[in-house]
Amino acid sequence: MIVESIRPLLAILCPAIGSILIILFSKRPNIRESWTMLASIAQFLIIFSMISTIIEGNIIKCTFFTAFPGVDFGFRIDAFGLIFAITSTFLWILVSSYSIGYMRSLHEHAQTRYYFCFAWAIFGAVGVALSGNLLTMFIFYEILTVSTYPLVAHDQTPEALFAGRKYLAYLLSSGCFFLAAVVLTYHFAGTTDFMNGGISTLAEASRGALMALFALFLLGFMKAAWMPFHSWLPTAMAAPTPVSALLHAVAVVKAGVFGIVRVVCYIYGVDLMHGLGLGLALACLATFTIIVANLFALAQDNLKRRLAYSTINQLSLIIFGVALLSPAGIEGAMMHIPFHGFMKITLFMCAGAIMVVTGKKNISEMAGIGKKMPVTMITFTIGALGMCALPPTAGYVTHHFFVHGCEEAGGTMSFFPYILLIAAILDVMYFFPIIYTAFFEKSEEGGGSKIKDAPLFMLVPIAITATCSIIFFFYPDLFHISELVETAVQSLGGVHP
Amino acid sequence: MILSVVEQFPVLVVVISLLSAFTILIAGWLNKKSCWFLSFSTILVQLVMSVFILNHVLTIGTIHYWLGGWAPPWGIEYVVDALNAYVLVILLSLALICVTYSKRSIAHELPHKIVPFYTVYQLLVTGLCGVVVTGDIFNMYVFVEIFSLSAYALIASRGKIALKASFTYLVLGSIGACFFLLGIGFLYSVTGTLNMHDLSVLLPPLYGNKVVLAAFGFFTVGLSIKMALFPLHTWLPDAHSFAPSEISAMLSGIIIEVSTYAFIRVCFSVYTVNFIKLLPIFDFLCWIAALGIIIGSVLAIAQYNLKRMLAYSSVSQMGYIMLAVGLSTSTHHALWGGLTPALMHILNHALMKGCLFLVAGAFIYKAELWNITDFKGLGRKMPYTCAAFTLAAISMIGVPPSVGFVSKLYIILASLEAGKFIFVAVMLLSTLLNLVYFWRVIEMMYMRREEREKESHSHPPANKNEIPLSMLIPVLTLASLCIIFGILWLTEIPIPILDQVNALFGLGRYAAP
Repeated sequence: MIVESIRPLLAILCPAIGSILIILFSKRPNIRESWTMLASIAQFLIIFSMISTIIEGNIIKCTFFTAFPGVDFGFRIDAFGLIFAITSTFLWILVSSYSIGYMRSLHEHAQTRYYFCFAWAIFGAVGVALSGNLLTMFIFYEILTVSTYPLVAHDQTPEALFAGRKYLAYLLSSGCFFLAAVVLTYHFAGTTDFMNGGISTLAEASRGALMALFALFLLGFMKAAWMPFHSWLPTAMAAPTPVSALLHAVAVVKAGVFGIVRVVCYIYGVDLMHGLGLGLALACLATFTIIVANLFALAQDNLKRRLAYSTINQLSLIIFGVALLSPAGIEGAMMHIPFHGFMKITLFMCAGAIMVVTGKKNISEMAGIGKKMPVTMITFTIGALGMCALPPTAGYVTHHFFVHGCEEAGGTMSFFPYILLIAAILDVMYFFPIIYTAFFEKSEEGGGSKIKDAPLFMLVPIAITATCSIIFFFYPDLFHISELVETAVQSLGGVHP
Repeated sequence: MILSVVEQFPVLVVVISLLSAFTILIAGWLNKKSCWFLSFSTILVQLVMSVFILNHVLTIGTIHYWLGGWAPPWGIEYVVDALNAYVLVILLSLALICVTYSKRSIAHELPHKIVPFYTVYQLLVTGLCGVVVTGDIFNMYVFVEIFSLSAYALIASRGKIALKASFTYLVLGSIGACFFLLGIGFLYSVTGTLNMHDLSVLLPPLYGNKVVLAAFGFFTVGLSIKMALFPLHTWLPDAHSFAPSEISAMLSGIIIEVSTYAFIRVCFSVYTVNFIKLLPIFDFLCWIAALGIIIGSVLAIAQYNLKRMLAYSSVSQMGYIMLAVGLSTSTHHALWGGLTPALMHILNHALMKGCLFLVAGAFIYKAELWNITDFKGLGRKMPYTCAAFTLAAISMIGVPPSVGFVSKLYIILASLEAGKFIFVAVMLLSTLLNLVYFWRVIEMMYMRREEREKESHSHPPANKNEIPLSMLIPVLTLASLCIIFGILWLTEIPIPILDQVNALFGLGRYAAP
């Protein structure tokens, strides 16, 4: 059933209005920050209020105008979109609080610009989550790209400027491919609406054209940082840590993955993907990235860069899940979007906390830091366990789905669990040394026994996300996520192994 | 024949403008300050009239005005249909915005030439209006010369190097005008008439005639020089960069577009779609335009003077318009078929480039900043101006939901319908090239630290140094219109106007099967 509602519009307006208020109160930091907090909380509540309607199997629609015949500009919220929206908005609240602690402790410059752009980035990310067709999605996707540039180049050092340029060059080029793909989809199918099970008219186009179109889509979603088009992400780590945490672990990169899942399940449809044999191709691409990204991660000494490569690995895991084209695989992929978000944001926020308190960025300097900052490092350990897919964390749950998905898919796909196993071992190889260094090696500086952890503004969000990562293991329905995932997969209909 | 008031407006728009030009000259002798008020109020009245004309044309129909009561084809006839009314409104809106802006900047830049400036400016507006409203091809030539001569004078007004720029433009512009005149002469020799409608009736039997073909060639080349279509753009970069900024904005935003208008008029009102379809000329135009898009952008990347960079970007943008014109005969969709994308981009380019040149002028006004490398830290000193620049620049790149994005989308859809996939690639590549040269400026304004700041590492409170309000309001208006119109185009509200143009010429969905 389709429900008309303006709630999506209200949700999307929260950060937009918030950003204006942020600019207006630029001279009074306390009021400015409270606007950020208010906007984020309001947005989350509005998004959250839509869950009950969606779980009943409805779709919320909010159409503004018709841009082209068959292409409305508007929102269409289904279970899958809502998962991404909930993740981004909930984590925005936490990261806003974390940002306050981080930016003030480091006496960062241009804080108004920072909060302003952050709000617009969320605007873009939530817009991507809620949009009802490719054109609307493209518009928000580009807004997301442009609004994150000032955040990446925030430091204004030559290094940060280079990172910003690289970021834009990669992502706006990919925007061009995306636009071409949108227009071609419209050309072939006469519509770009997301439909459960794919657009039926698209299948009429020729096989070669559909393959090429899919390649364009993949290039368009370079935000998913699949290899070899990943190098913007480690470079973008020049940004302040809250940005890396929310945008380069959740909002921006997940927008890319989200787009790929949308295209596979809602534009092409599982049957057409099977017919074209694109599932296996996508799975190969994803596994390649999974393994190679992990090998790269082993070689990094800078903590944030290592986390970035781990992100690349995990993003491809989501792509891999959907490439299996089996119910469990897709379920795992959809679930991994929020789960990975919570775990990775914990890790990034820990890295930021370490930087704020000790000023250290490299893993080799972190000997004995676990004794100095116990809370931070314990939460870090939880996040790391999640990345390695070990219980009791959310990572284990999704890996369970992935393996099950491989079985369902059968054929060549049943070999892939071994690759996942290798990837997990590599994960262990680069996360456990950090934990070992932090807790068991002795600090060279000596006298580091005094406990001096990060400010509460930062510590509370970290604790919340870490706790959530564990709760997801025992109770995956927190925030109704597993229910939403089931609704989404059921509504896809024709998914069968 | 009894005419309603609005039907008198086409001639009044031209006449009051012309009279006002002389009034400004005389009043300026008595009181220099009166010049701006006269010019401003005249253009405001013209704009109001043009809006009435547009409304009349859309609701009632084409306006025919016979000068001196002489019936065509003997007398001169002013014909205003949806196409001219639309261009007229754009033209006068931009002229109004530029004249508002000029009050302070001209007083600062050309304090001794205020009277001649406004006199010639008003003549320029007269010429542009004349070209747009007339239905007589020789009359059109006369007005083309009026606006061109005024433009030469205005470009030269800063003296020194501007004189050279103006002279180059004068030589090339005169060649263009000569070609246009030759074309008219050829047509006159075979048909004996100068009225456009009359010509379109008399010409079809003569379409195979060599003289008629040659005339079309002269029109195309002549007007291509005037509209700076690659590779005939060589006069443009100098002229645009050395003119006073409001004139650069007019030159880039509307003057070259009015020449495009003249070209469209000649193609579809004097000749017709049937003639165009006989020749592969529009295919050729598409390729030339595509080349222009790429080469214009590449040359823009090589510039470090902001106004020169914008000038080369105009060459590239004219490519967009001409590509859209070139595709117009092969597209039939209700939305992006026919001339819609081309006319849409005429408005969009006027908004974007108008805004960018006015901002460039603001930098010169405040601190004589010409080069991009000097813009370090401007984002804090002139926040509003820089914000306007950023909005217009991301429109040029084509980030949604700005006007640039909509133009890009429509042209891409049109190329797809015409089956020319290569132009889709050209448009997308051009996006990236635009990104390269515009982002450089944005980065310089906002992200580069000033040397002084680097040493101290402290951040002194920004000492704002904004331009006066009378310059800031035009800039901000144009910048916000870049976004507002982007959304309006997406909602398709203004499309019916352009649809009427297609109906008029039998293009788009009105094309004969």
